[in-house]
Amino acid sequence: MGTFLRAITDGVLQGGVYGLMAVGLTLIFGVLDIINIAQGILVVLGAYLSYVLWTHLHIDVFVGLLITIPAMFLLGVAIQYLFIRPLRGRERTSMSLLACYSVAIIIEGILYQVFGSNYLSINNYWNSPRAEFKIFGYYLPYIYVLGFVLAVVLVVAIYLMLYRTQFGRSVRATMQDHTAARLVGISVNRVAALTFGIGVGVTAVGGMVFGELNAINPNTGYDLISRLLAIVILGGMGSIGGALAASVFVITLASLVDVYWNPEWSTVVFYGALVLVLVFRPQGLFGRKEARAQ
Amino acid sequence: MTALLRTEGVSKAFGGVQALSDCSIEVEQGSIAGLIGPNGSGKTTLFNMITGYGRVDSGDVYLNDTKITGLAPDKVFALGIGRTFQLTRVFSRLTVMENMIVAAHHQERSGQAGRLRNPFARAGGAATRQRAMELLEFTGIAKLAGDRAETLSYGQRKLLELSYVLIADPEIILLDEPAGGVNPTLIGTITERIRELNRQGTTFLIVEHNMEFVMGLCDRVTVLDYGNAVVSGPPDVIRNDRRVLDAYLGTAEEDDDSSAA
Amino acid sequence: MRPAVIWRAAGLAVLLAVVALVPLGNNVVVTQVGVLVLLYVGATVAWNIFSGFTGYISLGAAVFFGVGVYTVALITKHLNLTGGVVFALYPLGGLVAAAVAVPFGLIALRVRRHTFVVVTIAVFFIFQLMASNFSWTGGAIGIIPPYLNWNAATVWNPFYYTALLIAVVAIVLAWGIWGSRFGLQLRAIRDDEDRARGLGVKTMRVKLTAFVISGFIIGTLGGLYFYYQADALPQYAFNPFFDLTIALMAFLGGFGTLTGPIVGALLLEPYLGWAQQAVSNTYAAEVVLGALFLIVIIFLPRGILPTVGEKLTAARASRQRRAAERAAGPPPGSPVGATPAGSAAGGAS
Repeated sequence: MGTFLRAITDGVLQGGVYGLMAVGLTLIFGVLDIINIAQGILVVLGAYLSYVLWTHLHIDVFVGLLITIPAMFLLGVAIQYLFIRPLRGRERTSMSLLACYSVAIIIEGILYQVFGSNYLSINNYWNSPRAEFKIFGYYLPYIYVLGFVLAVVLVVAIYLMLYRTQFGRSVRATMQDHTAARLVGISVNRVAALTFGIGVGVTAVGGMVFGELNAINPNTGYDLISRLLAIVILGGMGSIGGALAASVFVITLASLVDVYWNPEWSTVVFYGALVLVLVFRPQGLFGRKEARAQ
Repeated sequence: MTALLRTEGVSKAFGGVQALSDCSIEVEQGSIAGLIGPNGSGKTTLFNMITGYGRVDSGDVYLNDTKITGLAPDKVFALGIGRTFQLTRVFSRLTVMENMIVAAHHQERSGQAGRLRNPFARAGGAATRQRAMELLEFTGIAKLAGDRAETLSYGQRKLLELSYVLIADPEIILLDEPAGGVNPTLIGTITERIRELNRQGTTFLIVEHNMEFVMGLCDRVTVLDYGNAVVSGPPDVIRNDRRVLDAYLGTAEEDDDSSAA
Repeated sequence: MRPAVIWRAAGLAVLLAVVALVPLGNNVVVTQVGVLVLLYVGATVAWNIFSGFTGYISLGAAVFFGVGVYTVALITKHLNLTGGVVFALYPLGGLVAAAVAVPFGLIALRVRRHTFVVVTIAVFFIFQLMASNFSWTGGAIGIIPPYLNWNAATVWNPFYYTALLIAVVAIVLAWGIWGSRFGLQLRAIRDDEDRARGLGVKTMRVKLTAFVISGFIIGTLGGLYFYYQADALPQYAFNPFFDLTIALMAFLGGFGTLTGPIVGALLLEPYLGWAQQAVSNTYAAEVVLGALFLIVIIFLPRGILPTVGEKLTAARASRQRRAAERAAGPPPGSPVGATPAGSAAGGAS
């Protein structure tokens, strides 16, 4: 019983963090109509950045976010501007996906070059035994809770941005119809670049938490993207609320699979669930139905 | 004269928008029927419901008194209803001739039902190609037969769409804005071709905004407004009907006191 | 027959002869690399038969490849086969891969194009993970063939000729499909699938057939690879770079064309094969692969051959135009001189 509760708690708290990253992914899909398959490795990159900031510069990971979030944001903008925007032609969406995949393996290769294939961990206060709440006899690491809170704060911020600001309105208009948005004077290119930036920027936070909780190596990107894709697709591509709900559900499920079955198989379970949802209910739980022919 | 094609009480909503509302129209065999109405009145939606690009919420579609409601587009096409699109849909990377062959595909198939066909057979037998060339000459784009469809001008693409719909020898052809965005000379050509085909027995249902085109060509015109067929009759009657003016311009009483007609 | 056709056939015959004679040069390394080059030619052509013709980009070809590898691996392990007879087993790898292609295709081909890519990636990872985790596939250790006592000097020759045979079969198949009704339907699907379906084309059946054919060829190549590598390991049999490499080769040479995949593979694989030997660092290779891919899809989206072809056509058209202008003398007030062959310039739109 205790294990079960623990698995659930872990799942929910981590689900929040994954939710943030999934929101980023779904935002990118909503506005640009592309699946940023590099999101997984970008989270890993975020983790490595936090690692470097702590291990070599002794900057606390939370403080380090002040550096990593803008850095990842700019990286996202750069990726969109350099590699996605120039793509033309009718197969743009598939080509964009290939472009994201290429970017992903470039980043993976660079990470291997720089850091090697050994697993690294961030060893600092946050994952030391003292940094935990003690509730009902269980130890709940601060990082879980803080990460969750931070993720929630950022999701709320994104939500507010979308629904209360001029820029957010442009984003939502672009999500509906690129041509119509242009006609009312929205610079779709700018919105696209900035949205991609936001979508990637959030991986800095996800990466930091992930890096604290797990040993990282460039290969962990694949597992991450399997979960993120499963979440986003289950929740519905383009739906923020869906991404959140789905992430809590999926990660809790992952947590249970890890505990009760076998961590090796969790990735398979996710890819499998992904395939099933894509085939039988492609719009997920909350997403809009694909209307375009291609 | 029997109604070759008719719809009975067809309704269709998209989210909050009622595109078609109890829409009933009739197209007589051998006639050229027109379908007009302001933007948003449901004309293209009606075409979609008839040809299977979407399911009706309620109501039925009949071809020769056989219910064809809800059949998939390929079945509808096989039953003899051809259809063109407002934004022309041709196979861009294929040549004009290849476009024709793809459409003729089901003709070839039905002619050899039951036999194991060689899937690697050359595309388009001699008979198909000959018929395709005849049709391309009829519509006047035969000299483009070897060109890729994407190099055709907009008007030429409309002619190509018409040609490949014809190769299936349909009983009735639904034309969605055949004169839209086309220069006057070409409109004349299209009008002539439609008349010629009609003389040979093909029925037409045409959606158009170009009033001159519709009134000059059609035997009978139906007016849609807010997804409902409000009036139907010969062009002269329709032209002067109050309800048509209302549909297009809004009710006169909403403006100032002076009556319009 | 037209002279152009005769020239082309003669050229191909010469090419084939040259390629067939390579192993006789007795350069073991060249032959060894040659096997890989031919393998990639065959794989890229096969991939193109499905992805290029229908426009559904698949990143799951490695599934077929890996299935082929493991099928042959398991058969030879359990039957303890040695000797040349193993070469006859490769098509079995192809058959099992084709069998896998059926449910794979039935599931994956129901979704839209760019979701399709994601599904193929997901299925790929599922297979890779299964290969690593199942005990009967040898898990992470994999499977090695029974001891083979083959002559080191000529060991690669049978591989070379087999790969050549498979590649030629693939090319002939692709060529046959291209001009056939089946091929036309595939290409129509690429241009406007809904319209094609509306005109009566049985799109699922057509797509699935191409998918299975593609899987069969790639699976057979996988079988060959098992003996070439002399082991079956999850990360090499199910290698994501395999997918990316053949996609890159197809795009480089001209996505969706007939000769494009061949050219792409011939251009790229010798370089990649050499790079792999010279620079034993696979991670740098990753970066190069990704970068190459980006360069190709951004700057050469239609591939080298079509782009070069277009540039030549445009150059020819402008030469003709200038010649016509000169011949026409001073222009009578109109801005542009007449172009004799309208369709030549019309192609550059």
